[in-house]
Amino acid sequence: MSTKPKLELDPAVIRKARSLARRAGAPVVKLARTHTTVSVERAVLRLAGLAGADHEGVPWVNHLVDAVRDEVGLEQGVTTPVFDALGRGEAPDLLTLAQKSAAGSVSFHLPQGRDLSRAHSSALRAVKPGMARIDRNRVTRDRLIKRHGNPKQRPWIYLIVATGDIYEDIPQAQTAAREGADVIAVIRSTGQSLLDFVPEGATREGYAGTYATQENFALMRAALDEVSKELGRYIRLVNYASGLCMPEIATLAGLERLDMMLNDSMYGILFRDINPIRTFVDQRFSRQIHARAGIIINTGEDNYLTTADAVDAAHTVTVSQLMNEYFAKEAGLEDWQLGLGHAFEINPEIPDSFRMELAQALLARQLFPQAPLKWMPPTKHMTGDVFRGYLLDGFFNLVGAMTGQDILLVGMMTEAVVTPFLSDRDLALQNVRYVLNAAGGLSEDFHPPGDGFIQTRARRVLSEAVDLLEKIVNDKGQPGSVPLLQAISDGTFGLMKRPADAGKGLDGVVKCAPGYDNPASTLLEAGRGR
Amino acid sequence: MSTRDKGSKQAPSKKTSAKAQAVKTLPEIIRPYGDTTGDGMVQVSFTLPIPHDKRAEGAALQLAAKMGLKPALLVHAKAMGSDFTFFIVYGRVSHLVDLREVVVIEREFALLSAKDVNAAIKARLRRKLVVVGACIGTDAHTVGIDAILNIKGFAGEKGLEYYTEIKVVNCGAQVLVPELVARARAEKADAVLVSQVVTQKDAHIHNTMTMSAAFREAYPAGKVPLLIVGGPRFEQGSAHALGVNRIFGKGTTPGEVASYLVHAIGAGQAGQSLP
Repeated sequence: MSTKPKLELDPAVIRKARSLARRAGAPVVKLARTHTTVSVERAVLRLAGLAGADHEGVPWVNHLVDAVRDEVGLEQGVTTPVFDALGRGEAPDLLTLAQKSAAGSVSFHLPQGRDLSRAHSSALRAVKPGMARIDRNRVTRDRLIKRHGNPKQRPWIYLIVATGDIYEDIPQAQTAAREGADVIAVIRSTGQSLLDFVPEGATREGYAGTYATQENFALMRAALDEVSKELGRYIRLVNYASGLCMPEIATLAGLERLDMMLNDSMYGILFRDINPIRTFVDQRFSRQIHARAGIIINTGEDNYLTTADAVDAAHTVTVSQLMNEYFAKEAGLEDWQLGLGHAFEINPEIPDSFRMELAQALLARQLFPQAPLKWMPPTKHMTGDVFRGYLLDGFFNLVGAMTGQDILLVGMMTEAVVTPFLSDRDLALQNVRYVLNAAGGLSEDFHPPGDGFIQTRARRVLSEAVDLLEKIVNDKGQPGSVPLLQAISDGTFGLMKRPADAGKGLDGVVKCAPGYDNPASTLLEAGRGR
Repeated sequence: MSTRDKGSKQAPSKKTSAKAQAVKTLPEIIRPYGDTTGDGMVQVSFTLPIPHDKRAEGAALQLAAKMGLKPALLVHAKAMGSDFTFFIVYGRVSHLVDLREVVVIEREFALLSAKDVNAAIKARLRRKLVVVGACIGTDAHTVGIDAILNIKGFAGEKGLEYYTEIKVVNCGAQVLVPELVARARAEKADAVLVSQVVTQKDAHIHNTMTMSAAFREAYPAGKVPLLIVGGPRFEQGSAHALGVNRIFGKGTTPGEVASYLVHAIGAGQAGQSLP
């Protein structure tokens, strides 16, 4: 990466792209700062130590937020009425208060004057231990990385486990690490992104994945700590901060020392039909937590390519990367935390598909030189012909090696056929190792000519990205509307029209009143630039 | 996949169509083809949960023999960690395939690509096809309906939202039947998709019958939108008894549903505002 850049890109065009991304993103950030959501408020209560659920599995944080919302609204934030109630002696602690509120036997008020400042200061005091635990976890991670070491090679090898049963996942994850995985992702159960609560406890059944719960996080992290020690290499753990509970899951990840989280700025809006404002508000808070926790985010640009054509829509990936970068940095994430995504999804039947893949991967590498890029394998053109799929994965690995990608999600030849067999994973890792071993240094020799196909293609994609950003910034609807939201509702991305006043989770969005207080945000905003 | 349903209904070879016979007469008994007619050669790979040693290789050959591979040639054995061994075996199978006994169950509609679905809707309706979807009753599991409707889709296929000629209204979970009927009327739905994933004491059957009765009551005869239910517990062949047009089971993909919709509007099953 320290050598001279492989692509001759006009620095003025790159600057323009970034400045357009900022112009498109800034009004959305303003919107995010002036709204809160039920999930943000629940995350604050989790930081204040409220955990657990009733006998039907409804978390206490949901009970308490709902009760406050019913009585006095969330416009001032949940903590002010909650800590006022505690101050008035309605209950000795948060858990009891939540239990009483579920039974309807607590009355909440909006305090004034001295009561107000007392509620603010006790709320701040209450979330500090949670924030301190996140800080301590970051220190612990740094210490363990120092002790056990980082992977010896780049890219880091990223493998997925997903049985639905955390107690099955654990031995599988440990085995995967012993076989060479550096990063383990536990895929979530289908549909968890649309649950408006976080399930509790260790879970043994899920659909095509395992539920993200605090207990499951803790169990898996402990198991990987054990295997890190055995292997002399720190094994990173990944989960998903997406969907309706993004802020809470981000918080739990910080509390249980997860290392990477999938967190995309627009995925939930476009592919899950979650309300755009809900998404942007939740996302900003979750990214602030990730920034604080030293977590690397992984963005989801691969999804654009599974929906649209990977050649025609190549520039939408670049636009999404630029937007993800803007939103991430605004929330306090640093370059080393930006696992911007892209994928090998060009139809292998078309001529020069491999050259176009190289162009796109080099473009991402050069636009974001310090970011740990996440390189994702073919899925759309995996047909069930596992032999052909194995070859395609080999070419995918080769692009990864030649263009200096940082996190390589290992492709399975049985993609779209079955959940991978043990042997599929072993073969896939052999494929990666062979390519890295045989061609890992090729990046040194590989300098595509300035007027050749690859450079021309990369420049074209970049200029199309700038055009699209320009179109977004100039997408004016009614006066006062936010251009990016307008563009999303016009179907500019991934063909999906997502209006700002529709989608799942809209009823959980609340506009903040002038006296809104969120002690977690206070600490997060104060801790920026660490 | 689209070739799969092109076979004839039952395949007694005597009744093969004249056209097929004109092309080529297939033998009735066949064997796998390696490099010579009748050699019966196949290749399989599998994993056994034991460490790699001589005994493991013997175990692999034993399995191959029991699978009908005689003789079997163990061409590759590799330890995967300390507890598993991966094998590749080539061999000649002793089995014969009798083509007269092959039964092909035909789907009543052809599987179409997204492009063909869009083109067919455009040609037949000259407007978008409107689909309203929901989970009804107490079922909060939107996994099924979302897999079919959301653009994210299922099994590598994009959901109905991806189809430019289909307008999707996803009402979400725990929708009351009267609400669903009202929404379907307001949207002028051509089809209503209902998902029932988690069910106890046949709740999925009661819910579905209540739903179909409500639609028949609310719409004039012959104008009821296509009623489609999906879920792992529905019995195939019970559509009529439940008062719906079609049942889809576990593993149904959005493409199948879209193709069925095109087939159904072509057949004029949906009443409302169809040509």
